[in-house]
Amino acid sequence: MSGISITLQRFRNASFRRRLLTLLLVAMFGLGAVMLAPVATADTHASEQHSAALDSAAGNPETALEALPAPKPKRGDYPNIGTSSRAIVWVFAQMHLFFGALVLAVPIFVLVIEFIGFKTRDDRYDDMAHEFMKISLTAYAITALFGGTLALSLFLLYPQFMTYMMRAFGSQVLIYALLFFLESMLLYIYYYGWDALRYGNRKWVHLTLGLLLNGVGSTLLVVANSWSTFMMAPSGIDPASGAITGSLWEIMKGPLWNPLNLHRFLANIAFGGAVVGAYAAFKFLAAKSAAEKAHYDWMGYTSNFVAILAFLPLPFAGYWLMAEVYAYSQQMGILAMGGILAWLFVIQAVLICTILLAANYYLWNGMARTDGGERYRWMIKYIALVLIMGFLVWITPHNVIYSGSEIARLGGSAHPVLGPLGIMPAKNIAVFLMLVMTFLSFQLYRRADKEITVNWRHWGNALMIAIYIVACVNIVFAGVYYGYFTNTVYKVGSSVLQVMSTVVVIVSGVVIDTLMFKGAKKLPVNWGMVSNRSQYALFALPIAFTWLMALMGYIRSSVRTHWHVYAVMKDNSPDNFIPPLATVGNMVTGITLLFLVFVLFIFWIANLSGTRQLPPQPQGDVALAGGGK
Amino acid sequence: MSALARALGFSVAMILAFAAITYVLPQVKGEAPEEEEMVIGELTMDSFVALGEKLYQGKGTCTLCHNSLGRAPDMLTYDVQSTSLERIADSRYQGQAGDAESYLRESMLEPSAYVVEGFGKKGSNDTESPMPAVNQPPIQLSDIETDAIIAFLQQKDGNPVTVALPSADAAPAVEAENTAAAPALAQNAEEAIAKFGCAACHAILGSESPVGPSLKDVGQRLQPDQIRISIIDPKAEIAQGFPPIMPEFPNMALAELEMVVQYLSQQTGAQP
Ligand code: HEC
Ligand code: HEM
Repeated sequence: MSGISITLQRFRNASFRRRLLTLLLVAMFGLGAVMLAPVATADTHASEQHSAALDSAAGNPETALEALPAPKPKRGDYPNIGTSSRAIVWVFAQMHLFFGALVLAVPIFVLVIEFIGFKTRDDRYDDMAHEFMKISLTAYAITALFGGTLALSLFLLYPQFMTYMMRAFGSQVLIYALLFFLESMLLYIYYYGWDALRYGNRKWVHLTLGLLLNGVGSTLLVVANSWSTFMMAPSGIDPASGAITGSLWEIMKGPLWNPLNLHRFLANIAFGGAVVGAYAAFKFLAAKSAAEKAHYDWMGYTSNFVAILAFLPLPFAGYWLMAEVYAYSQQMGILAMGGILAWLFVIQAVLICTILLAANYYLWNGMARTDGGERYRWMIKYIALVLIMGFLVWITPHNVIYSGSEIARLGGSAHPVLGPLGIMPAKNIAVFLMLVMTFLSFQLYRRADKEITVNWRHWGNALMIAIYIVACVNIVFAGVYYGYFTNTVYKVGSSVLQVMSTVVVIVSGVVIDTLMFKGAKKLPVNWGMVSNRSQYALFALPIAFTWLMALMGYIRSSVRTHWHVYAVMKDNSPDNFIPPLATVGNMVTGITLLFLVFVLFIFWIANLSGTRQLPPQPQGDVALAGGGK
Repeated sequence: MSALARALGFSVAMILAFAAITYVLPQVKGEAPEEEEMVIGELTMDSFVALGEKLYQGKGTCTLCHNSLGRAPDMLTYDVQSTSLERIADSRYQGQAGDAESYLRESMLEPSAYVVEGFGKKGSNDTESPMPAVNQPPIQLSDIETDAIIAFLQQKDGNPVTVALPSADAAPAVEAENTAAAPALAQNAEEAIAKFGCAACHAILGSESPVGPSLKDVGQRLQPDQIRISIIDPKAEIAQGFPPIMPEFPNMALAELEMVVQYLSQQTGAQP
């Protein structure tokens, strides 16, 4: 019998799986400890104790675990530690998600930037990519720490729930462990091998390593996503009892898995871009020399570019996700969008609009870097007007149902005056117009440093303007016609037309520009010549993103209401209610502040590694040289 | 450095501003549904209908969809009784129901049996209903609760209520998941009698206690209904010559009550 099949056989054995999981926990902590030894020691200790506890609990029979129904814990069965268990898990889970997003997303665009540098033989790209990676590397240790702490707190605070999750996903632990080790290995080799594998054929080796790293990272992401989607829309189980009937693949491949994969993949890149943008802004503001300012201005611009590019398709992915939620359970969809959670989408609108405004503001400011920007300055006020009107329409609530009993008392819930502005089609008009305007800012920005010379430029411009006009008319028409003059069933038709129009603008804009920029005369760009004020947009972006991400993660969790695993395993813990909004706001705010603290720590570490103390001079004065390049 | 401090201040201020919005918006807490406490013996038609209305707006989450926003027919605005009969008469109707009551029950338990025109799942051409079966998770109403909602729907338009008040044996043991560590249910009548300590006062199951009347022949003296009442509400009627000291048994589950009533009504004094 080969070694592999022995391992597989042992793997069917639950206590072996438990030991493996413990090992994984210890390894995650261990990894964190390498980087953050003083912080990590207490946790490593805790996880060793945990390992002993797991081993002694391994005495139960191991046959046909899968056939058992989902556990039905009673309130008294939940460990009570005096404070809310949910709050603890909430904080750890969200922190883990933040850092996980950062760690998985940054290498994606780093690889692209590295490749651009390789192709254009421009070392500036390569240096910037390397510097981005430095942030990701520090974040990795923290990701592992929070991941381990999250797993530990889940096992300790929700033992029955985790028993069930292990029953469903137990055989995945091996895969996850493997991926985790691979990811760690590749990440360290990719970062530390950067200078050793910098030129010629060796660069190909390095790029391949980067590709592998991203392959493993993205696999980790989709594996972890399957836990969330299983909890929301379980598959591969007997819906009546919760007994596991399907293979691991059937359990993972629930109806919400792919929409969530896409949405998170894009959101992570946007989030990662925004966070490293803040790093660039932070360095820009601290920069002393013009060269430093130029470097970090360019880095901030690139980060913002990445964030916006990944951000633009997000609403489409968001709609797909929500559409699948409705298809899976209309009740869940309505609860999220029209029920007690509907108010949260008002905040979502504020946050997304903040992101759009900040991104546009940054682009407008950036036009000052080149003289060509003057040509488009007059358009900014109109774009701003559309953005602000869109914002106002978007945050107007239409139907807000407090709870089942309150709606009856209120006798319906549409606002008599604002109602028509608040319905989905009107919001869609606002959202899509805002996206189109953001793309317009983006396009103007890219044209600001160019003098287009192709001989069909007037035709090209006329075509582009025509596309904008037709798309905007389409978006408004579809929203108004389908929204107000047809019945409910056809309303969905409106967004299809709107999505198509927006996509056409973006795609044709990119294509037309690429063709028109052939042989264009480049105007000089004065990197570093932006105002300090513009850098605030680079802080606003990640702040709004972080808050948004924590909020959306909460919504995703709370649409399950009083179920651990929707409609299969009830949540009878003391925290099985949907908290009032202010409580959610407090939690999300606290978590965002905590994230800010950790991010500052990462920036500080990244900065520290670039700082070298000069040897003491004979005169005895000690000088600190600034970091960076 | 002060530019950095300002940027940090700006960031924190922004975070707090977002938090402030959550304070301005209305504060609602969504409680998980509580298991309804109901004593079958005490239900009247009025309280049964009231229970139905409460379930309709609460645990049943019916108003989430059945409201004025066009997601599902707003049943509070039309006569459900006569509409049900129209549905049955519709040529598209394929279900089993013969009257309004059974139509309503069918609509709740097998929503796809008949889908009201225009309300089917997207792309299903009105063959599949988006409504979840109410006796399945996540709504999980019991049969009695389903009946209570039917009673409410019938009564709201002044129609005669045709559902019967629940008979005790239709009631499954009330799930007590939310109560902390509920004691295990007795498996049979003897266990229940032992659990609630009846034999401390009554002559039954080998006890000859003279404090209360003997139960060995109670099946001869009382009808099952009277036995039930005597247990649910001991003070309603005090047997002659005995002190009024029999306690109530608020923790006795419906299933246990029924087992005891059935067992006692078979005690006719004859030796087995
Ligand atoms: C997820 C949304 C949803 C929920 C929750 C829901 N329903 Fe429905 N219900 C519908 C839709 C949509 C229809 C129309 C399609 C059909 O006939 O199945 C419907 C139809 C009905 C009908 C038939 C109406 C008629 O005029 O023929 C009845 C009766 C009904 N529901 C009762 C209930 C009750 C009682 C509850 C609460 C326990 C409930 N529903 C919860 C969506 C819902
Ligand atoms: C407008 C339509 C949108 C809908 C209906 C929607 C819906 C959702 C839902 C349900 C989640 C929870 C997924 C989870 O965290 O597990 C989510 C996550 C998220 N959404 Fe959206 N979204 C939309 C648009 C956007 C936009 C425009 C952004 C861009 C800023 C965005 C950013 C995010 C982020 C950052 C997350 C967290 C992802 C993660 O945790 O990995 N969403 N969204």
